[in-house]
Amino acid sequence: MLMRKVAIVGVGMTKFGEDWKRGFRDLILEAGKKALEDSNLHGAEIDGLFCGTMAPGPLIGQEHAGALLADWMGLNPIPSVRVEAACASGGVALRQGFMAIASGLHDCVVVGGVEKMTDVSGADVISALGGAGDQEWELFPGATFPAIYALAARRHMLEYGTTEEQMASVAVKNHLNGSHNKYAQFQNPITIDTVMKSKMVASPLKVFDCSPVTDGAAALVLMPLEKAKSHAEIPVEIVASAQASDTLALHDRKSLTELNATKVAAKKAYEMAKVRPSDIDVAEVHDCFTIAEVMAIEDLGFVKKGMGGKASADGKTALNADISINTSGGLKACGHPVGATGIKQAVEISWQLRGQANGRQVENAEIGLTHNVGGSGATCAVHILKRAD
Amino acid sequence: MTENIAITWRRIPERYRLAGSQCTSCKTKFFPPRKLCPDCRRKGKIESCGFSGKGKIYSFSEVHSAPAGLELEIPYVLAIVQLEEGPKLTAQVADCHGCDVQVGAPVEAVFRKIRSDDPEGLLHYGYKFRLVK
Repeated sequence: MLMRKVAIVGVGMTKFGEDWKRGFRDLILEAGKKALEDSNLHGAEIDGLFCGTMAPGPLIGQEHAGALLADWMGLNPIPSVRVEAACASGGVALRQGFMAIASGLHDCVVVGGVEKMTDVSGADVISALGGAGDQEWELFPGATFPAIYALAARRHMLEYGTTEEQMASVAVKNHLNGSHNKYAQFQNPITIDTVMKSKMVASPLKVFDCSPVTDGAAALVLMPLEKAKSHAEIPVEIVASAQASDTLALHDRKSLTELNATKVAAKKAYEMAKVRPSDIDVAEVHDCFTIAEVMAIEDLGFVKKGMGGKASADGKTALNADISINTSGGLKACGHPVGATGIKQAVEISWQLRGQANGRQVENAEIGLTHNVGGSGATCAVHILKRAD
Repeated sequence: MTENIAITWRRIPERYRLAGSQCTSCKTKFFPPRKLCPDCRRKGKIESCGFSGKGKIYSFSEVHSAPAGLELEIPYVLAIVQLEEGPKLTAQVADCHGCDVQVGAPVEAVFRKIRSDDPEGLLHYGYKFRLVK
């Protein structure tokens, strides 16, 4: 039982992309400052800091990210916690912030997410991200993350007749959405042909089926809903926060064509928010690969199991279609600074619910959902947000 | 990530001869060996078991973008193999191209060099699988 309702009163993010001029602390500082300005807070009100970041150790040689953030954001001596759950680090950090406010232990927290990925070689990035899987029993024998999702894609094609062109349509739609988002890494529309003719990474997945390597950060300010009105014109209430776990290795799952952690977290979230999948107006889902969005829209209940590929190709997930999926451009086009992604999803949904998603606004958006996956589905965080003016 | 001598030595039984484990209560077999049955937990007793090395391709991918240490291997075929005793595992399929492989194809375990990129010269051996003609 919640002790208090929780609202987002400020949001901010950096432009996502290859940002050679700025480092880890520059990125999170910019996102944090923007979120504070957005909430009309000065900083003295903040009594806790949670930050999702997956792999600063291998990527920039820095651990103890919680302390670094409090220090460089000028927030000492408040408690500061780094949260790690692979690609779901941001979503899980948001859940920690939610629980901190809901419990009554904290009155105002900043929840951030950040990853600085372009300071090391491409092979080192692949190895660092591999840590999201089972190092000894998947990565050692030769798996990479594209290969792990390719193994799922192959089964989805076999079991449901999903085609490579259907998967490509997810990337095409997300690039089109990204072209309306000034924060997106890629703002260029592409065609099915672009995807189909791009270099093979791990068959059947090609370069344009994969999310990119990205630098970026995003931040949110959370407060109790009852105090939110004085800081935000349109507070966004977090009406559900749910998380679930599954086997670390893909091969230990009964099915490769669904993420049980998504199904369990979604069910809990819908119950908590007292809504159904059909009530969701806009969703940011975890499309680290095109097949991941296909499975996500099925597992979240937006389309029937096995119909994710066809629904995407038929345009049912396009902006202002049946359900608007990944209006930010998703991980594919907006970019995937791993630890920042789960927070960026909540930033995008907040803009949508406040009516501030310029050029990509979902009409009459009242309820939105974020879906953040760690690894091949070993962690999943689902949040449901609602306009609360 | 390169693995040092200690972890390489510790994993020899599993990687050289597919040593696994079994829950005596629900009879589920595990590879890699688990020391706790996730279904029976404290009620299950774990004992060692082996595998025949025979199985079928459950899913596969031809990998064209390699992680550090496998740059000279690409393209290589990576698969999830379902062993005839039940468990599934991730392994390379040796001596073939992606176009030779189909889901359901029978395979058998073979002992192969997996990596040789260790800066101290340590060679990593383990299981791969090959198609049974």
